Amino acid sequence: MRSIPNLIASTALGAALALGMAGPAAAQKIVISNWDAYMPPDLLENFTKETGIQTELAVHATNEEIMGKLTASGGQGFDVVFVTAPFAEALHKQGFLAEIDEAKIPNLKNLYEEARKLDYDPGNTYSVPYSWGTTGLCYRSDLVKTEPNSWMDLLKPSDDLKGKVTMLATDRWLLGAGLLALGKSVNSTSQADIDAAKALLIEAKTNLLAYDDTTFYSKLVSGEAHLVHAWDGWCNYGIAENPAIKYVVPKEGSDLFVDTMVVLASSQNQEAAHKFIDYVLRPEVGQWVASNILYKVPNRAAMESLDAAVLQQFPNLAMKPADLLKFEELRDLGAAQKIYTRAVTEITSAQ
Amino acid sequence: MRRGRSAGLLNLHLGLVFLFLYGPILVLVALSFNRAGLPTAWTGFSFRWYEALARNASIHHAVGNTIIVAFASTLIATAIGTLLAIGVERGRGSPALDAILFAPMIIPDIVLAIALLSFFSMLKMTLGLHSIVLAHVVFNIAFVAAVVRTRLKHFDWSVVEASADLGASAFTTFRLVTLPIIFPGVLAAALLAFTLSVDEFIIAYFTSGAGPASTTFPMRIYSMIRFGVTPEINAVATIVMGVSFSLVLVAQRLLGARDRA
Amino acid sequence: MTPTIRRAALMAPGLGWLALFLLVPCLLVLGLSFFERGVYGGIDYIFTFENYRRAVDPLYRSILLNSAWIAFLATLVSALIGYPAAYAIVKAPERWQSALLVLIMLPFWSNYLIRTYAWIVLLNREGLINRALAGLGATEPLPLLYNDFAIVLGLVYGYLPFMVLAIYASLSRLDPALLEQSADLGASPVSTFLRITLPLTLPGVAAGSVFVFVLSIGNFITPDLLGGGRRVMVGNLIYKQFLAARDWPFGSALAFLLIAIMMLLLLTQALLVRRSGGERPA
Repeated sequence: MRSIPNLIASTALGAALALGMAGPAAAQKIVISNWDAYMPPDLLENFTKETGIQTELAVHATNEEIMGKLTASGGQGFDVVFVTAPFAEALHKQGFLAEIDEAKIPNLKNLYEEARKLDYDPGNTYSVPYSWGTTGLCYRSDLVKTEPNSWMDLLKPSDDLKGKVTMLATDRWLLGAGLLALGKSVNSTSQADIDAAKALLIEAKTNLLAYDDTTFYSKLVSGEAHLVHAWDGWCNYGIAENPAIKYVVPKEGSDLFVDTMVVLASSQNQEAAHKFIDYVLRPEVGQWVASNILYKVPNRAAMESLDAAVLQQFPNLAMKPADLLKFEELRDLGAAQKIYTRAVTEITSAQ
Repeated sequence: MRRGRSAGLLNLHLGLVFLFLYGPILVLVALSFNRAGLPTAWTGFSFRWYEALARNASIHHAVGNTIIVAFASTLIATAIGTLLAIGVERGRGSPALDAILFAPMIIPDIVLAIALLSFFSMLKMTLGLHSIVLAHVVFNIAFVAAVVRTRLKHFDWSVVEASADLGASAFTTFRLVTLPIIFPGVLAAALLAFTLSVDEFIIAYFTSGAGPASTTFPMRIYSMIRFGVTPEINAVATIVMGVSFSLVLVAQRLLGARDRA
Repeated sequence: MTPTIRRAALMAPGLGWLALFLLVPCLLVLGLSFFERGVYGGIDYIFTFENYRRAVDPLYRSILLNSAWIAFLATLVSALIGYPAAYAIVKAPERWQSALLVLIMLPFWSNYLIRTYAWIVLLNREGLINRALAGLGATEPLPLLYNDFAIVLGLVYGYLPFMVLAIYASLSRLDPALLEQSADLGASPVSTFLRITLPLTLPGVAAGSVFVFVLSIGNFITPDLLGGGRRVMVGNLIYKQFLAARDWPFGSALAFLLIAIMMLLLLTQALLVRRSGGERPA
């Protein structure tokens, strides 16, 4: 499927040259796909002002959507895409991604050392980290009897929490909770591990209020739920509404997720795409993301310039990179994806 | 006496149905005036979401795009679908035709979405609002044809033949004979098509191009899921409801005036 | 123009559109069901029946049966509520009918997602309905959300208007003279309804039921949001295979089986309707 867009790219380039159009520097335009409101609202405008490169922003709601769109179109139509690490890895292994040219992104130096040697892409050869974080428990400290500190507090809740807990339903994180509770790897491809996690999660379903990937923090604020399975950044949205909401990484650990920027191999504007990534890695951009989106960014310069009040209000923003790296990164599962999808289908359809 | 009571019961039922349909809409309207961003508590009356909306050009753009897509796909699908329904009903029923007309309804949205994007990419077609319209017409044809067909069951085709015998052209016959008889069905079909198109998200997402020029309103809202759907969206819905409602009332007054004249 | 040619000309634009933008693209995708998922997603073009072997698993059968049951309940409730509503609209003064129809559809021009969120605000344990009940002295909140009840409610809410429209389209062509004749001949209103009105409007009920059933079984947002993700519907299952699992071949196989089963059901239904309601009663 990939050869078609490449063919188009080369034909288009050929045609452009044949018509004697100006070189790639003039009227360049890059198309970026990102989650809505995941970068400063004036970023693109400022970027264009400074570089003369035109931009077009597409927004996706989920990783899954943009993956589907890229696969169906062969990557055609996009230059830079924001996706979570395991998806970037899958895109790379399928040959969709361009190599990152370190020389063209001097601001890579702003990243923490730890962010330059992540397992899924050591040396940032095809992806550049944008934000990162953990998955854990988000709860109403004023409503729970004892502060939770284990995945079992979620999976086998005490009587007062029964029917007042929610879990993420996205397959990697749902199974991840079970695997971590059992002390297994979040990337385990062993059928026995996955079966054990599945059994635990089916049992946990009876005490669940709902599976919720999007509005769990609002359920905490309303008091409908008292303890939810959450990404740290999203828990912060709850904390912003109600200071009694707290976040904890369970003692058995968490996964480390990384949202990354990648350049499509089919892009005809790879120069400009690299310039864009370099621009995003500026400290002031990272600082805006951390203090407005409330996600940790792997940008040392940005994190060091964060307002102390922000760190105090949202303690999980202050987690050190060294601590984050203790958790296992989510990896693409390859052929084992089938086992995961099936296990999740069995869990969510269990009555 | 008896007729009066059953008519009363029917109207009561219709009233309850309207209550059911508009209940959540009232909640949505109320939330658009709520100061808080989360729908968890009432924290005071405020126009802040309307002010935010007034400044949010990308939402205006998205609403405009949705209206364009919905009108275009409704017009095309209603025209083609009505003709198709007439063609199908004029002949003997055929399971093959039935099957073709059921297919767009049964095919899971995601399959149609991926299929069309792959297909458009193969044809190297530029994506934009036009490709969303192409896609929406696909499922709308089926729904339009299905509604119009119910209207054409028991249709007395001899009227059409009589008109032709009297020398009327096929078009005149359609305009003066067939269309007036089936019009309520065509209207219902168009309403249905418009409603389906206005709310459709997944197929639009896949068949759209990049950028605000081809982003529809549902696409905007779904993209907001990760960082919170703000009550600005409730404000949009409130305005849409208000405007449509007023249009209905105005149309009603005009029709009433015409009837009395 | 001969009738056959005229008929072909009438159908040509519609059938052409469907052939080009439905049949060809969808067959290309459904054809993938005979290949393998690549290790990292994508397709390995190796011919196999493996996807169909996986698809006939009891797990997917039970999901299909469960979602058919939920969709059936939604259809039944919609028909029971929708018929009298359509009847009331037909009985209303003629110049009001179009306006009433538009008013039935109008709530659906807001947006699916925020309507669903509005239902959550109404139904949740701390929600408006339960707070109102507590104000009336109820001690325990009613479990209105995150269960099958909420899914069926959400589906009925979402698709009831389509039922009303379809029934309206066939009811409004009913000749009032026919009903009066029946009354004059001494038939009770009930028997007039059962023996004349209902059979004549059966095509409308059938079309409306097809809409509600088909849209319900393919819905993947209501089960997630109102059902709390506790039940997997077929629409959901296929959506996840294509997007979350990036397993297009298996998703295609599931979709193909679903389409085949639904097609069989719908064609049987169409045949039954044609037999029972298709002929004008003498």
